[in-house]
Amino acid sequence: MAHVEQTAPPAILREVKPAILPRAELVEHGRSFTWITEKICGIVEGQTPTWWWWCFAVACFVASFTFAGITYLVATGVGVWGHRNPVNWGWPIVNFVFWIGIGHAGTLISAILCLLRQKWRTSINRSAEAMTIFAVVCAGIFPVFHVGRVWYAWFLFPIPNSNAIWQNFRSPLEWDVFAVSTYGTVSVLFWYVGMIPDLAVLRDRFQEKGRRVRSFCYGLFAMGWRGSNRHWSNYEMAYLILAGIATPLVLSVHTVVSFDFAVALIPGWHTTIFPPYFVAGAIFSGFGMVLTLMLPLRSIYRLEDLITQYHIDCMCKITLATGTMVGYAYAMEFFIAWYGANPFEGFTFINRAFGPYAWAYWIMISCNVITPQFFWFKSVRRNTTMVWVLSLFVNVGMWFERFVIICTSLTRDFLPSSWGYLSPTVVDIFTFFGTFGLFSVLFLLFIRFLPLMAIAELKVVTPQADVHGPHGTPEHATGFGDPVEVEQGGPSPKH
Amino acid sequence: MAAQTYGLIATFDNTPALYHAAQQVRDAGYKNWDCITPFPVHGLDRAMGLRRSIVPRISLVGGITGFCTGMLLIWWANGFEYKLIVGGKPYFSPMFAFPISYELTILFTAFATIIGMFVLNGLPMHYHPVLKYDQIRRGMDDTFFIVVEARDPRFNLANTKALLEKAGGREIVELEA
Repeated sequence: MAHVEQTAPPAILREVKPAILPRAELVEHGRSFTWITEKICGIVEGQTPTWWWWCFAVACFVASFTFAGITYLVATGVGVWGHRNPVNWGWPIVNFVFWIGIGHAGTLISAILCLLRQKWRTSINRSAEAMTIFAVVCAGIFPVFHVGRVWYAWFLFPIPNSNAIWQNFRSPLEWDVFAVSTYGTVSVLFWYVGMIPDLAVLRDRFQEKGRRVRSFCYGLFAMGWRGSNRHWSNYEMAYLILAGIATPLVLSVHTVVSFDFAVALIPGWHTTIFPPYFVAGAIFSGFGMVLTLMLPLRSIYRLEDLITQYHIDCMCKITLATGTMVGYAYAMEFFIAWYGANPFEGFTFINRAFGPYAWAYWIMISCNVITPQFFWFKSVRRNTTMVWVLSLFVNVGMWFERFVIICTSLTRDFLPSSWGYLSPTVVDIFTFFGTFGLFSVLFLLFIRFLPLMAIAELKVVTPQADVHGPHGTPEHATGFGDPVEVEQGGPSPKH
Repeated sequence: MAAQTYGLIATFDNTPALYHAAQQVRDAGYKNWDCITPFPVHGLDRAMGLRRSIVPRISLVGGITGFCTGMLLIWWANGFEYKLIVGGKPYFSPMFAFPISYELTILFTAFATIIGMFVLNGLPMHYHPVLKYDQIRRGMDDTFFIVVEARDPRFNLANTKALLEKAGGREIVELEA
């Protein structure tokens, strides 16, 4: 029966004899399937390490700052934040855009790299997606409380108010509600669907150990997954589609966030470069955060075989590319301000670099434009400590970028009579500082209770998963690596 | 009285063995059978003779529904039910309705895809004969199984067992329903 179609490689390949490029191993030291399962499940099954308790306690303490800040705000009023005329969009929106941006690398790794068949995503996608979700949680706090009377936050959703008036759907702020809530929902779904097979693994392992409560909990969410290939077939298709829709989603979310600014007429905001520039910045900051989180985890849990040097290299290179794009956007903003010959626009940019917020501007430039340039050097990329330190600078720089965009434009708009200077209050600072604690609490719970890496996907990228023997055989290296297509001549027995 | 038979399960040690065995079971004309693998084995769908998944069609329906929902919601709310002039802009224009419709397209597609996948797979199903097999945990780890169900018209305990043995299966065990 001719079910298997024999697709020969194009004839040209036989003539030109393409060079065989060695591919970096994605799981080093030829680890077996069982090793991968044991390694990842071991993190969940083992005793809670002491460092975890310490970190958890500290994170809870830090998170309490956000709760205290918000409680005080709700009890007193938004006046406790540093918002005054003319800056009515201060820290909360800076923090919102910052956290949403952090989230973007998670979706980028999961979705865009999945579509581009970048197999190195497999060992970092799970935790990057978790990072996305927790970042969106942190981000959501700010706009919700920024509305002032938080109990009226439901006004943002498409429900007519008591006068039967609907929301103004022409407003980018309303678009934001839809973009961010869709993003949050789809990220959770994507994360959860990716985790189902791994939850089934944990369910079975805990059942065998006789730990019925945990087995029940994992089993409940594993939905009775049993590894059936008929299921895998639908599952993989669904996963691919989710990746396909998450890709335009992630790009659109930061585009819509940038519309909040670009649709306004304030000099420095009213530019068409904002959507791509914000997206590049988001990916840049997101990768900065992925590196910040993954490098310590890698060394604590001895995951060097799974998060290899190749993975770090790839992430550094993306950080370099997006950081350079961000640098280009800064230069282009300046150029257009001059070339556009709009005096207000021109003034805004001169003011950014040399005005009262020059300190913030130059922090931004040094962290976002200069820092990533170190990643050109292999020696830097190979030095884990250095990469980690640089990734911290990226995070700092991207917060300042949002601060500079928002504050320099609002404090110096058209009329000097309405100029001002924004200083944050203690409540502002505490609320923002606390979100790092909230983020860490959620992330620590994640690494303790859920599989840190996609076990099934990691197995797929090992050589022994291939039905026709290890990768690296000439058939695979030509790029026609689909096992079915190399039916003849493969190392497998003929039938 | 002995319990009813659900089917036969055979163990395979690696993906090539499973792949070739799957081809043999397929060629023998079985319909109600399955492979149990710890990860999606590439090429196995064709070796099993499975058709392309129909999940994308469900997603498409979800996407179109989402887009129409967005457009209709905005037209109905701002252009029909309570006409509201803001900034001298028209009551309704697909231009400003687009971002929200776009997001809703994605949201509805995601739900359609996931719900469609679960329905097609018959999940959640927390109780299944295969899950009662005492070695099934290894099927989530590093071992591969082929299960041939007794409801298959070609199923015959002796013949099916012989086929699985010939295909290289070890530890062929009868599963209770």
